[in-house]
Amino acid sequence: MITLVKRPQPSQFWSWATPILAVIATMIAGGLLFAALGKDPIEAIKAIFWDPILGQNAGYFRSQLLVKAGPLILIACGLAIGFRAGIWNIGAEGQYIIGAICGAWLALRVYPAESAWLFPAMIALGALGGLLWALIPAVLKVTLGVSEILVSLMLVYVAENLLAYVAFGPLRNPDGFGMPGSRNLQQYDAAHNPELIAGTGMHWGVVAALIAVIFTYILLHRHIAGFRIRVAGEAPRAALFAGVVPTRLVVICLGLSGALAGVAGLFEVAGPSGQITDSFNAGYGFTAIIVAFLGRLHPVGILLAGLLMALTYIGGDVAQLRLQLPPAAIQCFQGMLLFFLLGFDVLTNYRVKFAGAA
Amino acid sequence: MKRRSFLTTSAAATVLATAGLPALAQDGPLKIGFIYVGPVGDMGWSYQHEQGRRAIVEKFGDQVETKFIESVPEGPDAERALTSLALEGNTMIFATSFGYMDPVMNVAAKFPNVMFEHATGYKRADNVATYDAKFFQGRAIQGTIAGRMTKSNKIGYIGSFPIPEVVQGINAAYIHAKKVNPDVEMSVVWAYSWFDPAKEADAAAALIADGVDVLMQHTDSTAPQAKAQEAGNVITFGQASDMSGFAPMPRVTSTIDNWAPYYIERVQAMLDGTWSSTATWGGIDTGMVEIGEMTDALPSEVIEEATAMKDAIAAGEYHPFTGPLKKQDGTVWLADGEVADDAALASMDFYLEGITAELPK
Repeated sequence: MITLVKRPQPSQFWSWATPILAVIATMIAGGLLFAALGKDPIEAIKAIFWDPILGQNAGYFRSQLLVKAGPLILIACGLAIGFRAGIWNIGAEGQYIIGAICGAWLALRVYPAESAWLFPAMIALGALGGLLWALIPAVLKVTLGVSEILVSLMLVYVAENLLAYVAFGPLRNPDGFGMPGSRNLQQYDAAHNPELIAGTGMHWGVVAALIAVIFTYILLHRHIAGFRIRVAGEAPRAALFAGVVPTRLVVICLGLSGALAGVAGLFEVAGPSGQITDSFNAGYGFTAIIVAFLGRLHPVGILLAGLLMALTYIGGDVAQLRLQLPPAAIQCFQGMLLFFLLGFDVLTNYRVKFAGAA
Repeated sequence: MKRRSFLTTSAAATVLATAGLPALAQDGPLKIGFIYVGPVGDMGWSYQHEQGRRAIVEKFGDQVETKFIESVPEGPDAERALTSLALEGNTMIFATSFGYMDPVMNVAAKFPNVMFEHATGYKRADNVATYDAKFFQGRAIQGTIAGRMTKSNKIGYIGSFPIPEVVQGINAAYIHAKKVNPDVEMSVVWAYSWFDPAKEADAAAALIADGVDVLMQHTDSTAPQAKAQEAGNVITFGQASDMSGFAPMPRVTSTIDNWAPYYIERVQAMLDGTWSSTATWGGIDTGMVEIGEMTDALPSEVIEEATAMKDAIAAGEYHPFTGPLKKQDGTVWLADGEVADDAALASMDFYLEGITAELPK
């Protein structure tokens, strides 16, 4: 018989080894799934993990990897700070939407004025929008003790409806023949978040994501505030003795993660997406939760996890394109990754003991 | 600003330099790519485009090689899917949803040697053609049947998005129902999705509970059909595809999007080297809109009346939007005998007189 024995301390080794193990297990189980669908499993796995990086037309796919990973990393960094403190912002998707709406609103409002100040002002408004949207659950938690998990999640649906409203109403392109969707900011120079170096996919949002990784690292691991955040999450009572004010922490963590999600939305709407449409949000806010945990709530881990997650998307496209693999199978594959990660996580907190061995 | 324009110019130059390559290697079969907004198994919109693709394969055999990507969300993901198809050497790409419009324009600018066909959009370029079907013609026929068949005088309509194409359908259905039955009322529920079986089922259930006994849908799943079947005394119409699995009741007829003739014509033009950017709005006359078989759940005189209308529309003798028609606010839209022109229909954003609901703005 196999029994699990709780470790006194989570294992450092397994904490880093389980993501790698999960990826390998996903490749094996996913390969079996693809084989059952009548596709060559080696080809399929190669199409997902290899082709976007080094295969045919990889130059383009590599640039798209950054475009896809940028918002995930940016949002996940903010979430990780809160998660470390035991503050669960599940509504980054909503903050992302509101950030995009606020920033785009400014640009569409002053269109077609050209000003060097416009883009920075949009970024500021995007951050502010996300911040205020995240402060709603923060204030409700601090004043009334309402669960921030539920409120932040529910506010995603409110944000989605607001998005549909502005896409069909106030922000609709007046030259759009009554069709929904705003003007395209890609054609508005002062508001456009362009590719900084042609063909690399690098835009301001990707730069911001890299800055966020460094900032989060310094905050969490080199600064007293980060120490307080981690203590609050791991030992709330001890944190009180260390002078942590829980209400302040809730406001700071939710506000910060909301602001980061907001700017992620702004960079997306001003760049790769270009338009406010009713389907503008592509689930980045939810996927970023997976990225945060896949990256062990550590900024460097998040950077790698964001790239890996982007790889499964881009690679999934390549597999669909070249092998005509159905998208449902690719979603299964992504689901397996999370499943195995959580499954193997047992090893971080528990030791496996075989019967007979003392 | 100079930096930005410099960067975009050099970006365009780099892409142009690489983009020319696939088209030069045009010796083998014509490579054609498709992107679908839903799964090919949605039994509605994307399914019908997939039927068009299959018709191309059947007709042209080895002369063509087709690839498709399904369930592509509108937005940056579509741009990536389109770029990937172009990079993989497809020289003709069908983008089969309205929301692919700006991505198509972006990608088309980078790949001048790839010809794009965009469904239901209004932006064109030298290498971007658009095509759409006059679905409202089918709605006029459905409206006539609805007006004749309803006992509760309540017609339910599940809308997807309040865009001109959908508004045309609601108006056409309403005025034709009203013409044969002055007492009808129409309720519209918006699903804000093209394909969401759960939402569509909820909308159908709510309308049926409200006393609706004729149900129309501008969404693509068969969920409303199933709800009507449960209710027993509600009739429906197949949307986009025939949905004949629900015949003879609740589905009494259908409006079928038949893209195959258009797709075959356009591929032939590519093979002949005569392809050019065009704007096509086909109806019953060109076969792009087909009316599915009317089942014996309908009395024969209703079938006769509906068939006569279909024939009149096909022959160009009757236009579903013929005056006198007033807008919802009572102002005159079309004078007596006046016929709506295509441009006015393409941007229709108002209900006609008699509809009590408010159009979401």
